[in-house]
Amino acid sequence: MMNKSDKSVYDSPTAVSDVKRHILTILVDNEPGVLARVVGMISGRGYNIDSLNVAEVSKEHLSRITIVAQGTNEVIEQIQSQLMRIVPVHDVINLQDEGSSVEAEVALVYMYINEENKKQAYQICDFYRARKIENEHNSTIFEIAGASERIDTFIKDISKIVKIKIVRSGPVAISTLNKNEEE
Amino acid sequence: MSKEINGSEIILKSLLDQGVEVIFGYPGGAVLPIYDSLFKQNSIKHVLVRQEGGAVHAAEGYARSSGKIGVVLVTSGPGATNVVTGLTDAMMDSVPIVCITGQVPQHLIGSDAFQECDTTGITRPCTKHNYLVKDVNKLSSVIHEAFVIANNGRPGPVLVDVPKDVQFAKGEYLEPSTISIQKHRLFDPAVKENEERVEEAVKLIANSKKPIFYIGGGCVNSGIKASKLVRDFVKITGAPATMTLMGLGVLPSSSEYSLGMVGMHGMYEANLAMHDCDIMINIGARFDDRVTGRLDAFSPNSKKIHIDIDASNINKAIKVDVPIVGDVETIMQQIMNIWNNKKYSTNADDLNKWWNKIETWKKADCLDFDQTSDMIKPQQAIKRLYELTKDKKTIITTDVGQHQMWTAQYYKFEETNKLITSGGLGTMGYGFPAAIGAQIANPKALVIDIAGDASILMNIQEMSTAVQHKLPVKIFILNNEYMGMVRQWQELLHGGRYSESYTDSLPDFVKLAESFKAKGLRAEKASELDQVIKEMIESDATVIADIMVDKEENCFPMIQSGSAHNEMLLNKNQKQDKLSPEKGKVLV
Repeated sequence: MMNKSDKSVYDSPTAVSDVKRHILTILVDNEPGVLARVVGMISGRGYNIDSLNVAEVSKEHLSRITIVAQGTNEVIEQIQSQLMRIVPVHDVINLQDEGSSVEAEVALVYMYINEENKKQAYQICDFYRARKIENEHNSTIFEIAGASERIDTFIKDISKIVKIKIVRSGPVAISTLNKNEEE
Repeated sequence: MSKEINGSEIILKSLLDQGVEVIFGYPGGAVLPIYDSLFKQNSIKHVLVRQEGGAVHAAEGYARSSGKIGVVLVTSGPGATNVVTGLTDAMMDSVPIVCITGQVPQHLIGSDAFQECDTTGITRPCTKHNYLVKDVNKLSSVIHEAFVIANNGRPGPVLVDVPKDVQFAKGEYLEPSTISIQKHRLFDPAVKENEERVEEAVKLIANSKKPIFYIGGGCVNSGIKASKLVRDFVKITGAPATMTLMGLGVLPSSSEYSLGMVGMHGMYEANLAMHDCDIMINIGARFDDRVTGRLDAFSPNSKKIHIDIDASNINKAIKVDVPIVGDVETIMQQIMNIWNNKKYSTNADDLNKWWNKIETWKKADCLDFDQTSDMIKPQQAIKRLYELTKDKKTIITTDVGQHQMWTAQYYKFEETNKLITSGGLGTMGYGFPAAIGAQIANPKALVIDIAGDASILMNIQEMSTAVQHKLPVKIFILNNEYMGMVRQWQELLHGGRYSESYTDSLPDFVKLAESFKAKGLRAEKASELDQVIKEMIESDATVIADIMVDKEENCFPMIQSGSAHNEMLLNKNQKQDKLSPEKGKVLV
């Protein structure tokens, strides 16, 4: 256990708020290097993130980056203001601040199906509304979308039955508040 | 359709339209077309440095002494990697720089070509913004945007990487007036929110019993008007003020309100006042660790007002009560208007008590030193240099270490932009090239680089630059044959084990100067000091004055790393009770 006297004297006084999960969505110009700028700032300043997601979202070459990070309000505020210093960044929204947002992520699951586990596995997929993706090699690949927690429990349940390989997108999120944010 | 010209000509035309008069640079394979265009014109002067690192520091010295943007031109690969230190320095100290680098032709990018490096990748964290220009038709708009971004909001360095084929390609030139920059790419002050906060700040100041102004480099960057507003407001309130290294000169050293510099080697009274105040008014400073010392004991009983143009500085190190994001000039004007219109005032009785307390701290006479023998004390050298140069238009640059702190303590700055020093990054080797830049911008000024024997060797090659351009830069070396500040820390924190801090085999600086056809002088005794300084000032050549000082003098007063403002050491015989050396050792 960390003794109080082990604390560096450069540490801030005691943390003012609890560590919570935050989702930041960042609107950026989709120009070369913009993702590197965001990622580089985060690693360079020693912040930890759980996931990061990026894709172009409009014809005007705008991309939206979704970052999930754990931190105190103070740390998240620092990340937000450091992000705002990056020239191609338009806007940073902390969906935790916004209060109401919905989030979803996608997972693709490759399953090592055999005659013994097939029935049970398909039942679980059915229960979670995971959808089988047809492919030319006839592999058993399911797609599941939704809240991260739901995907977590799906993975937990299905991996008891079959050996799986998995890729996840990390969550994307959007505010449910009705407002015009873009100029 | 306007006439198409080469990329390299577009670069020159862009620079010219941006009002560039001087470029600091070094040629190489990937910038040959630009140097060819440079050869064919006479409007822009090129200063050839002797290593690219020197070019950025020279551009910084130029920018900080002229208020213009410093421009650097270097080649790809090693040219680009050599500018990284300077760019980082400019980033930390908010100096507007535009750096143009050559790049290998586009078809070779990524192939590990000769003198190729990922310039934009390497410089991303040490620039405000950077560009790799792949289309010659975008070249002029990128350069114009680079100049705007370098100077906008909190200033900083911007880099433009131009592949060689783009320099040769023909394209269209666009005038600066035709370029529009999207709003989100620039600094956007939160005007509405600020009004309430300014009012709140004014009330806090008016009701304070023990206020202190904590003035930083942001006031200098905001401009002469901003500094004047700060000076006027300090006077109106009658409150004491302390300055950071970067803020020295905002308040004249002779001002009755000035407590001098704050921080690790700041004034005893300034640090104690910061610790004991009830209202702290931070204007354009960023609670740097050299200023705050131990964070959890930093000014524990005060409410803090923080004016900063960079929102990320708010609550970064110290949680503040009234943050105001904006330019110092704008905010100080608002503060002034509210103060005057609503007839606010401070309480004279309370302020008198506060000043009386400060007077008792001043009695410690923290800058006292013994100049008894004929051995030159470094403090005495700076003191005499100040006395003999104060009536001239003098610009001081420094390198980094003990001599830098002694300069901040003993050289009295009456105006802004007269001290040019590497504050944030602490770059040894900064002072001499910065002095070259300052001299180019101010040909008639007396420009003196106060250096250490170790620091000066880090960019000594620029002697050649100074002599070539007939720059009467003076190098005033406090020579103690040690990396003095390293030696001091080893003495105080590492049991006097002087590991690798003695500079053996130093050159004979007088002969070194002479070998560059510059002038070399030396003072070994206190009695020789004035004569050498006078001779140095009177010469119109580049001069190295080698001042042999007490080898083991330490820089005091000092707040050791990890200590608080009220735990300042006045000399090395004082014991530090609260913090064991083991704890201070792990900090920088």
